[in-house]
Amino acid sequence: MTDKPKVAFYWCASCGGCDEAVVDLAEKVLDVVAAVDIVFWPVALDFKRHDVEAMADGSITAAFINGAVRSTEQEEMVHLLRRKAQVLIAFGSCAQLGGIPGLANLSDRAAVLATAYLESPSTVNAEGIVPQTRYVEDGRRVTLPRLYDTVRSLDQVTDVDYYLPGCAPTPGLIAKAVEALLSGQLPPKGTVLAPDIALCDECPRKSTKPERLELSAFRRPSEVILNQEDCLLAQGVLCMGPATRGGCEAPCVKGNMPCTGCFGPTSRVKDQGAKALSAFASIVASNDAAEIERIVSAIPDPVGTLYRYSLPTSLLRRKRVTAPAGAAQG
Amino acid sequence: MPETTTGPEAAPEQFEPRIVAFFCNWCTYLAADLAGTTRLKYAPNIRVVRVMCSGRIDPQFVLDAFAMGADGVLIGGCHPGDCHYESGNYKTLRRFHLLHRTLQELGIEAERFRLEWISASEAEPLRLAVNDMVEKVRALGPLQLKVPDEQSAEETEEVAVP
Repeated sequence: MTDKPKVAFYWCASCGGCDEAVVDLAEKVLDVVAAVDIVFWPVALDFKRHDVEAMADGSITAAFINGAVRSTEQEEMVHLLRRKAQVLIAFGSCAQLGGIPGLANLSDRAAVLATAYLESPSTVNAEGIVPQTRYVEDGRRVTLPRLYDTVRSLDQVTDVDYYLPGCAPTPGLIAKAVEALLSGQLPPKGTVLAPDIALCDECPRKSTKPERLELSAFRRPSEVILNQEDCLLAQGVLCMGPATRGGCEAPCVKGNMPCTGCFGPTSRVKDQGAKALSAFASIVASNDAAEIERIVSAIPDPVGTLYRYSLPTSLLRRKRVTAPAGAAQG
Repeated sequence: MPETTTGPEAAPEQFEPRIVAFFCNWCTYLAADLAGTTRLKYAPNIRVVRVMCSGRIDPQFVLDAFAMGADGVLIGGCHPGDCHYESGNYKTLRRFHLLHRTLQELGIEAERFRLEWISASEAEPLRLAVNDMVEKVRALGPLQLKVPDEQSAEETEEVAVP
């Protein structure tokens, strides 16, 4: 083994897109590979958990963890990598904010398992088998990780040094972060490695945003033909730009789709969804209670829209738990 | 006394809701002041936070109140058309509707979040609104939003294999 800096990548509850984003560095990935030793990367390299366990504590220079934490296995791996790594980076929306898997906080483990294994129209499971954490047959015991009721972001489980936002983080920001790591010129702990400005600030359509935004109807992107030039909010679709951190260089807006908020809030905001709610509601062009109610009811799923990536790190974190957690659970 | 106050005569085990009330400086806060000077009694369950205008109430304030243990949140502002800053209360109204829906999607009952237009002279409507809300929230019971700690449950779990 050389004395190059050691780097680990790991995935928790994620789609694999963040690992893909590393590969998307294209030629630059070769520079990275030349500069570091990748000692653990389940999606690409055949190192096992026991290889990580055998390393000395603090011997990994940086661990990049993507995905939210929603199972016992993920939690164990996160704690293990925290011990072994000098710098722990929450990589992508799910690790930073909870992400799309975080919307499971509108539900719980029993309901998630019931939907996935029993109720969905494509499920064939006549015997009603759902995953068990332990199973014994002929004296042999096998185990599976246990799913939690509540999805958590990485920093709700362990100490995180830096955050790389995005679904997935953009190649430009990844390259900058890696450069900062290799040069040792690191920002203060806890920094989100992206500009601390709203997306609207860097939006190519910024100049078309009307002085006074007013809307008498909200539309979904599928319900309207959007033009390529004008501010998407002004065209009546919910664009999360005003409540979302910039730094992504607006690929969605350039693709004529509204921002969905994956970069999370700026540092001055506690709750991204509440800020987006405030921005959207304020531009409703009516002072009449019934009319306002009619207009905002065109937003079919407020939580899924306003908190698409940030429910676990929002002020309320999840849908209220009314029954004792874990009851009636298979 | 006609009002449903919660004095020492109330049963000791009765649930006392904690309600955070954001009142605007120019109307509802003055109504509460008037209720005090005229010795109108209302339920002591509200904790009043004075804001310059109901339009100043960031939805984050409401969520923070619930997250920190409030069983209900009451917003009081000037009647439509009477806002000291012309349109602040209309912005409150628009946010209220969307926030109300969002809270319900997150499992917080409609009665726990309420908007009232109460002018500076309306001490009696203030009393009625507060008492009514306290009774409704009392009937719902404590909100108990705490996210359960699941790690501790993990060790002891034995899953029955069918």
